[in-house]
Amino acid sequence: MLGQNDQSIQSRMQGRVLLNKILMVLFLLATTVGLVFLVLLFYRVLTQGIGYLSWDYITSFPAPFPQEAGIWAGIVGSVFLMVIVATFSVIIGVSTAIYLEEYAGKNKFTDFVRVNIQNLAGVPSIVFGLLGLTFFVYMFQFGYTLIAGGLTMALLILPVIVVASQESIRAVPAEIKEASYGMGATKWQTIRRVILPAAIPGILTGAIIALSRAIGETAPLIIVGAATAIYTLPDSLLARYTVMPIQIYKWTGRPQEEWQFVAGAGIIILLAVLLLMNSIAVLIRNKYQRRL
Amino acid sequence: MDKGLQSDRNQLNVQELIENNKRKTSIGAKIERVIPWFLLLCAIVSVLTTLGILFTLLRESIGFFSDVSIWDFYTGTEWSPWSGSYGVAPLIGGTLLITLIATIVAVPLGLMSAIFLSEYASDKVRRIIKPVLEVLAGIPTVVYGYFALTFITPMFQGIIPDLGIFNALSGGFVVGIMIIPMVASLSEDAMNSVPNALREGAYGLGATKLEVVFKVVLPAAFSGIVASIVLAISRAIGETMIVTVAAGATPNLTFNPTESIQTMTAFIVQAATGDTSFGSTIYYSLYAVGMTLFVFTLIMNLFAQYISRKFREEY
Repeated sequence: MLGQNDQSIQSRMQGRVLLNKILMVLFLLATTVGLVFLVLLFYRVLTQGIGYLSWDYITSFPAPFPQEAGIWAGIVGSVFLMVIVATFSVIIGVSTAIYLEEYAGKNKFTDFVRVNIQNLAGVPSIVFGLLGLTFFVYMFQFGYTLIAGGLTMALLILPVIVVASQESIRAVPAEIKEASYGMGATKWQTIRRVILPAAIPGILTGAIIALSRAIGETAPLIIVGAATAIYTLPDSLLARYTVMPIQIYKWTGRPQEEWQFVAGAGIIILLAVLLLMNSIAVLIRNKYQRRL
Repeated sequence: MDKGLQSDRNQLNVQELIENNKRKTSIGAKIERVIPWFLLLCAIVSVLTTLGILFTLLRESIGFFSDVSIWDFYTGTEWSPWSGSYGVAPLIGGTLLITLIATIVAVPLGLMSAIFLSEYASDKVRRIIKPVLEVLAGIPTVVYGYFALTFITPMFQGIIPDLGIFNALSGGFVVGIMIIPMVASLSEDAMNSVPNALREGAYGLGATKLEVVFKVVLPAAFSGIVASIVLAISRAIGETMIVTVAAGATPNLTFNPTESIQTMTAFIVQAATGDTSFGSTIYYSLYAVGMTLFVFTLIMNLFAQYISRKFREEY
């Protein structure tokens, strides 16, 4: 009787331990699925695009034949667009963060601004495109220009920059702020000379990550009218432009297989730029992650 | 005489110094007063953005609903704006189909990844795998679209021979892959914040790791997990480029994933790239569809915030 009971307990326990082992393997496999698709994606892009990737490809304008098409207009457009986006979004974003962390009182308005930024981060990017279309393209009459696209994108990544800046400002230890006040510094002096220098690595990292999101973003720029075929480089804020993702989108949509290789080559360049930006962000974080 | 001049100059200097100092502090004080207003102005930009979104969506939608009745828009089942039928159901159906497929892919895989990373993986493994998984979230969506069209669809065609080039299945599948890191990362954070004392209590009673996961960790992290899933779904609803490239442009009220469909976002792209003139009914329909999309995602986001506030377990 007792022995039988022992045996059933024993076998139950073995069953439980076995189940644990089996599911652990399942969980491991599930984790690798995501990684496998990541590898597949990189492999696919590389094998498709590498044949078309050349110096000519980088320095050529779009063309009606796959062999002659290039992404130069997209690269230059993306760089110009990022300059505009960075200027506006960093100035406004960091200022907002300083206001919220250092000046804002604990009141309804402050809460409203915080919740608002949180919700703004969840709005689909294409809705920002509609915003840009109404205001920047038609109401301010910028038309389908670089500045309209840049402002739209700046608003899109603003929440990311605000949140990242808030976090790094909050991480500045209270002691060094108080030391600054103790020396007779005013509030703005303390912010400019103590808080911002300490928070800048975090702000930079956040800004670069936000910009790397903007550089790959396509949908809002389609809505605010980035050109798909363009044979000149933008020479002013009110010039027409194109960007890398738009070129890739256009080439992907063509039925002939050669165009997919052209698109693949563009993706390689886009991913290389993203990799570079993210590496810089990681480098900054590792270098200054310290010792305050 | 010499001495007098000197002292005179000294006096002048002191006076000047005081004057200078006053002027300086008054500039300093001015900066001190102006800066907060400038910062406030910048903070208001984000509020204006929200107001701008609401304003533009509402105003242009109202313009649209003066041409097409709101009843026809939401109850009609045919969407062909170029021939004058504005029933949004096929677009909503397309969006929901994509979202459903993406959820079926991402939730089990994301949750299992989160359990593995939080409970089974060693610290070293987690620190390598988690950032690599998050790379998936940083890949531009147009690249995913390319991947879906040129790789996933041909792969599925090997299994389902009559699958068209544009279909909801591969679009939804790749959207699912894209949101895996969102589910995994946020759920893992929620599981990580479950205190170890709870786990050790269960181990002390003889539970296996699996039992600890299902009976202690998952219930304790429940609100965070649900919030992560809701946010991921909201992301899938608003996803544009993958479905535009891979799922087609056929407004089609169907739940057959092998067919070509059109989502709300894909219609907006199609209409914006086509020859849609400013002020036409199709132009306004962009905003009515955009408004519907915005409401969908807003509800999901508010729901996620509500869950994580309301059901947060405090330890």
